[in-house]
Amino acid sequence: MIAFLIRRLLQGALVMLTVAFIAFSMFRFVGDPVTNMLPQDATLEQRTELQERLGLNDPLPLQFGHFVTNAVQGDFGISYRNQRPVSDLIAERLPATMEMVFAAVVLSLVIGIPMGVYTALRRDSWLSHLFQGLSLTGISVPTFVTGILLILVFSVWLNWLPSFGRGEVVEIGGWSTGLLTVSGLKALIMPVITLSLFQITLIMRLVRAEMLEVLKTDYIRFARARGLTNRVVNFGHALRNTLMPVITITGLQIGALIAFAIITETVFQWPGMGLLFMQAVSFVDIPVMSAYLVMVSLIFVVINTIVDMLYFVVDPRLRVDAGKNTTGA
Amino acid sequence: MKPIEKTLAMTLLATCVATGAAQAKTITWADTSDVYSMDPHGQAISPTLAFLHHIYEPLVRYNKELEIEPALATGWEAVEPDRWRFTLREGVTFHDGSAFTAEDVVASLERATHPDSPIRGNLPAVAKVEKVDEYTVDIHLNGNYPLLLNDLTNVYVLDKTWMDEHGALNPVDPSKGEQSYATTHTNGTGPFVLDTRRPDAETVLTVNEQWWDEAEHNLTRIEFTPIASDATRVSALLSGQIDMMLSVPLQDISRLENASGFQILETPGLRTIMLALNQSPETLADSGEGGNPLRDLGVRKALYQAINMELIRDKLMRGKSRNAALPVAPAVPGYDAELDERFPYDPEAARQLLAEAGYPDGFSIGLDCPNDRYVRDEEICQAIAAMWARIGVETRVNARNASNHWQEALNGGSDVWMFGWATLPMLDSFSILSQVLTSPHDKYGAWNPGGYENPEVDELVKRISVAQDEQERLAMIGEAFALTKAEVPLIPLHQQPLIWAANDGIQLPQTPDNKVRLWYATVD
Amino acid sequence: MSTVTQRLNDDWRRFIDSDLFYSFRRSPITIVAFVVVVTLILAAILAPWIAPHDPFDVSTLSLLNSELPPAWVAGGDPAFLLGTDGQGRDVLSALLYGARISILVGLASVAFAMTLGVCLGLLAAYVGGTVDALIMRIADVMISFPPILVALLINGVARGVLPPEMQHDAVIFVLILAIGLTTWVQYARTVRGSTLVEKNREYVLAARVIGLRSRAIMAKHILPNVIGPILVVATVNLAIAILIEAALSFLGVGMPPTEPSLGTLIRIGNEFLFSGVWWVVIFPSAVLVLLVLSVNLLGDWLRDALNPKLR
Repeated sequence: MIAFLIRRLLQGALVMLTVAFIAFSMFRFVGDPVTNMLPQDATLEQRTELQERLGLNDPLPLQFGHFVTNAVQGDFGISYRNQRPVSDLIAERLPATMEMVFAAVVLSLVIGIPMGVYTALRRDSWLSHLFQGLSLTGISVPTFVTGILLILVFSVWLNWLPSFGRGEVVEIGGWSTGLLTVSGLKALIMPVITLSLFQITLIMRLVRAEMLEVLKTDYIRFARARGLTNRVVNFGHALRNTLMPVITITGLQIGALIAFAIITETVFQWPGMGLLFMQAVSFVDIPVMSAYLVMVSLIFVVINTIVDMLYFVVDPRLRVDAGKNTTGA
Repeated sequence: MKPIEKTLAMTLLATCVATGAAQAKTITWADTSDVYSMDPHGQAISPTLAFLHHIYEPLVRYNKELEIEPALATGWEAVEPDRWRFTLREGVTFHDGSAFTAEDVVASLERATHPDSPIRGNLPAVAKVEKVDEYTVDIHLNGNYPLLLNDLTNVYVLDKTWMDEHGALNPVDPSKGEQSYATTHTNGTGPFVLDTRRPDAETVLTVNEQWWDEAEHNLTRIEFTPIASDATRVSALLSGQIDMMLSVPLQDISRLENASGFQILETPGLRTIMLALNQSPETLADSGEGGNPLRDLGVRKALYQAINMELIRDKLMRGKSRNAALPVAPAVPGYDAELDERFPYDPEAARQLLAEAGYPDGFSIGLDCPNDRYVRDEEICQAIAAMWARIGVETRVNARNASNHWQEALNGGSDVWMFGWATLPMLDSFSILSQVLTSPHDKYGAWNPGGYENPEVDELVKRISVAQDEQERLAMIGEAFALTKAEVPLIPLHQQPLIWAANDGIQLPQTPDNKVRLWYATVD
Repeated sequence: MSTVTQRLNDDWRRFIDSDLFYSFRRSPITIVAFVVVVTLILAAILAPWIAPHDPFDVSTLSLLNSELPPAWVAGGDPAFLLGTDGQGRDVLSALLYGARISILVGLASVAFAMTLGVCLGLLAAYVGGTVDALIMRIADVMISFPPILVALLINGVARGVLPPEMQHDAVIFVLILAIGLTTWVQYARTVRGSTLVEKNREYVLAARVIGLRSRAIMAKHILPNVIGPILVVATVNLAIAILIEAALSFLGVGMPPTEPSLGTLIRIGNEFLFSGVWWVVIFPSAVLVLLVLSVNLLGDWLRDALNPKLR
């Protein structure tokens, strides 16, 4: 167990270092921040001087070394754009993104699981076909189109929901939440729907497939043979057996949701990490961009490791060839 | 409690109290990007400085007619050519109640011109600042310099004691990994007080009841929200979430006009959009074969005359732009209406010129454009590419985001590239003459990677920089513009329009510098 | 080699004759989806011949024709059936060429990912040991990152590494590479899983006993058996690839407006959504959704049809 854990942690560290390096070297090429930081009629002298001071003229390995040493201590430097520590900026934006992602996960489970169960149990009813059709549409419409259409209908035509922002937020111990105010909750609706459409479909299809598999197993047949009611069999036995993969996938998808939030946050002007990242890209705010990628990768690595550990604990077969096996996504 | 939480808690309290007040006059407005920092010496970005002008004030300011008028200084005179004496306003207090004195001016100007200061370039001529008495300061210059007042409009005054208390006497230096207290906190003399700030979400100001000037506005609260997406910003205005917005996309103007209850404010902007022609490389990056046709005056003129600016104005700019032959707008000192006449659109003449220059079959060329910077930037380039194609110049449009675009262009890697120049913050023709049309040397020519060089212009610029007499100075500027116009080192296109929109209940002045001055605004 | 193809063909035909074609005929919606996909692909291939205008030839564009509505709307011009965009470009022609690029990027990246994934999967399963561990470890890392982020990274690196004058032409290859590299894992996993099962079947063991080389065994015996699942993954991934390309182009890091894909057309048109010029955004969006939806429907049907357990 310990050896397995250590191995996973080492792998995680290696992944992080690779990501850090890719992120770092990529950002060397995205543009020159100096033009954004100086007035347009700045002199040549001022420009080269600023480049010098930002360390943009140091040799690359040196810059990378600096970056990693500081990053390990949680110091990603000062944002060129906001002139505040990047770690503060990310800490401020984290709640906005996490709340949206969390709400999207809940929504996708609450809607996706019942839809999946229903379509598995009543495979040929018209409602199942409708759900199937809807779910296909859900994964076929690009997120940005969904978001724009929602704004058009619910903000511009009907004027029910705000088209941007988070509404009013309440600060609780350094965590700003929009879940406690009416305007905050209203602001959450459209971004969460946009973000979760894909997930709902994914969960629904997963539950349906797993249910169908499980319903075919001998275990369920025996349960039925024992004279248990359909209800007990379907929900007590079959559904319970499908939940493990659902939870795994949901866990792994959190990372994907954080990344997809880039598009949703751009469309809805949601003041989260994705928006921070996109703004940083257009300003060439290198410290923010690198920090975002490293942070997101860290979240992935942590979630993956946790999922792996869970599997390790739950499924004894894995312990035999732990090194080789995959997470099963 | 962290300071941010404390202010937030206080805001909540304040909001509860404020909503109780009967005469709440709030204005909520949006622009494309956030105010970057609360530190007025932290960056040199125009929209941020314009916003901070509500909280902090300079010695002299622009009024709504864009004329310089007294602000924290009531009078000034050049005691010697390189020493200016400023008389300060008495009875002004900072938001925290402390009095405004000469000490504050000295400390603020020293902070702004500190070697680490990012806005040092905004005060290029200031050598030293000296307190004479409690309400008089002397500003020593490097030499003769006619534009000191213009420069001072962008440099705001902070309280010395306050800066001292919070270790903010030196400017923030991003390269040293520090942040300044002043980045997140304010203490100015301006008409409004910072209430709360959530970066990229909302910045709220309330009224400074102790303001020294007579308030023309009737506001009690200002809420600023950045909304980057054009479509979202317009829909926020239409749905009443905001009262006013800058940067109205051209295609949405008619929609706002048709919706009842909204007004469109528009004025020709200061920013002139131009194409720079790269004469420096032996061969062009995108042309493939040898030679640099842009070195030929005939070719440059052919490219100029092949562009149908009327069509671009009518179709792409929906009639809102002002076609330009000079690289500065009419509002900029040094503008000369007589020179501002474009070479006519004439594809036949253009083809002729190409043939005479030895390119009867044209050539191929790259046209580099930003795609997120100017009004319809990318579309304009595409339209120009189509027009050039018709005279046989095969044009490849390379559109990138502005950061990449500048990097490529300023390193000399672009054949022809688009850029805009508003002459801000200086607001004078000298700005573009010295940085774009002068050959790169000393502190000049930072935006002239194309290697345009005319010794006469260089000499004129040198003389303009120290000219004493305003008439003489303007005459020399006109001379320099006439020289450069004939040589076509760049192709001026147009001044892009400034378009704001607001609901009908708001009255506020709009100036060509695209700066919002809400101390002139009233709300019904 | 031709006998192998022959065998593959025979297997394939038997497959179609039995179940697949029957279930295809039974599902009208699948037939519709199939017709839509085939029509779109044909239209895309034939774009240079059937498009009324050449949207890439800038010398034919005129601002005088800009923002004309579709032909049936008042003010429309019959020469431009679906109207024109802000540059005076014919929307129908731009759509045909846009679909061509979207489909090309989709198919090419799927082909690339499939080749890469199948090879690595076979290799991992057949060789086993360290090679297997290494490949699957990389796969784990790749799949744990959302494709859009990986594509952004690869795209960014490519833009940095390539000289600027090459970038314009290289964009399409960079997109294919980026999307392909983010989606190969599923093929590798599917192939590896199936191969591990097949590897120990009697017929493979028998083949090995009679002295066939591993490459021959893989090609002759194992590959045909994993083709079904691979096809399902490929169809679903085609839809995903088209969507990723659209998202990248929407974020402004995909195809440039001078050579627009459907995603680029939507990005450009998006700014006009509220301003009455609806045809420049509605048509590309509709074609994109129709294309992806049809491909997804086909993928769905294929999966159900090939997985007897679900029937």
